[in-house]
Amino acid sequence: MATVVDIAGLAIGFDNGPPVLADFTASLEARSFTAIVGPSGVGKSTLLRVIAGLLAPREGTVSAPFEPDPGRRPFALVFQEARLLPWRSILGNVLFGLERLHLSAGERRHRAFEVLELVGLADYAHRWPYQLSGGQRQRINLARALAVHPALLLLDEPFSALDAITRHTLQGELLRLWHATHTTILFVTHDLDEAVYLADRVIVLGGQPGARIIRDFLVPLARPRDRGSVGFADHVHQLRSALSDIMAGGEGI
Amino acid sequence: MNRRGWLAAAGLATFLLGWEAVPRLGLVPALLLPPPSSLPAAFWREITGGWWLDATLHSLGHYTMGLLLGTGLGVALGVAAALWNDLDRFLSWVIRLLRPVPGLAWVPFAIVWFGISEAAATFIIVIGVLWINFYASYGAARAVDKDLIELAEAFGHKGVWRQLVPIVLPASASGILAGVRTGLGQAWMAVVAAELFGIPGLGQRMMQASSLLATDVVVVYMITIAVCYGLTDIVFVWLRDRILSWQR
Repeated sequence: MATVVDIAGLAIGFDNGPPVLADFTASLEARSFTAIVGPSGVGKSTLLRVIAGLLAPREGTVSAPFEPDPGRRPFALVFQEARLLPWRSILGNVLFGLERLHLSAGERRHRAFEVLELVGLADYAHRWPYQLSGGQRQRINLARALAVHPALLLLDEPFSALDAITRHTLQGELLRLWHATHTTILFVTHDLDEAVYLADRVIVLGGQPGARIIRDFLVPLARPRDRGSVGFADHVHQLRSALSDIMAGGEGI
Repeated sequence: MNRRGWLAAAGLATFLLGWEAVPRLGLVPALLLPPPSSLPAAFWREITGGWWLDATLHSLGHYTMGLLLGTGLGVALGVAAALWNDLDRFLSWVIRLLRPVPGLAWVPFAIVWFGISEAAATFIIVIGVLWINFYASYGAARAVDKDLIELAEAFGHKGVWRQLVPIVLPASASGILAGVRTGLGQAWMAVVAAELFGIPGLGQRMMQASSLLATDVVVVYMITIAVCYGLTDIVFVWLRDRILSWQR
């Protein structure tokens, strides 16, 4: 499979302090779904921002060997909270992501309605953000990112603030959108169950200060995955013991 | 009418009755405190003499011009200083020096620079509303949620100029408009101050009346100013609620 992004030797730190993340190297295959887990403070969210180009790394490179396309963004970020602009309608919020691309007004509108259809909220296009539920707002957060047709979709714990039922629904939705759009996903979470349910590959970060990759393993479970199955529980268990090793090693929390 | 309406009406009635009673009972001569019952006749004289409309239109002209210029300048400068740190530092001491100087203190300069003219009145009003708008806009633009700035950058809206219209202005609109509203009242005070030294308008007419001890006429113009302010404020609130209709 083709590589979508090559991340090599990333070190991230703030000002003159010790590095938050000491070394991160990974290649993401096209159409893959990778989850990153780890204790809080290992720089998971910061890593996504560096990949998205919002922060400069101290060392290392992020290279994306795809053709530059003025109608797409290489990366799109889905935030932990919906982060919608309250003065714009739902449609306006989705369009916001498209405004810097070289698209005609008609194309932008077409794209916006396409993703609104995809997340099932086309009927809400002319509502205000405050009129939507938390789960619906999160779908718009996702739609805004999908609208720019990113080569890599970066998600920063997008479902962590939702109730369990909504969270499970949206996890299913995300898998459906992943298949429908053929996009590549990098998903940060602290929820091990969520990582195993969603991802093909789970990268565990640990060690402070200066986190690095502790484990990098594949989740070869067939889809759709059954949270009640033995294989599922086994993978969650493996992940949990990898994390408790980090804690026991004195490098944790 | 509900209880609230009754209480408001009762408060106003008590005020007017008390005011009427004081000169009528001879506690204070009517010349020093004209009773409200004498005002309609004074008002009528001012209208039929043509002075009222003339003065009000002049003042409205000064008000509109001064308010637009002062508000525009204050908001632009405030937002700019909030967005560009170098400008903020550059202006900090200039503003510390100029800000405490009241509008009235500028009157001698206004006359020297502009003469007894419309421009002089406008200048005094501009000074009167400039700083209120500067600080309100500065504070509002500084307080824009950094997460929204990050959102803008994540979707390619990089740099202050690209964020100004889609993020900074709408996010600070509520705070900016609060400053503009304070300025609406402040500008009427400045109008009177500016016209006291002889520029045609409500202030000048009040000055003439008071030198002739026509205190009832002075009160007529005080009420005129209050009504003008009330109307501008009502229109402004209506407009603001349309602009901020996206808020809950």
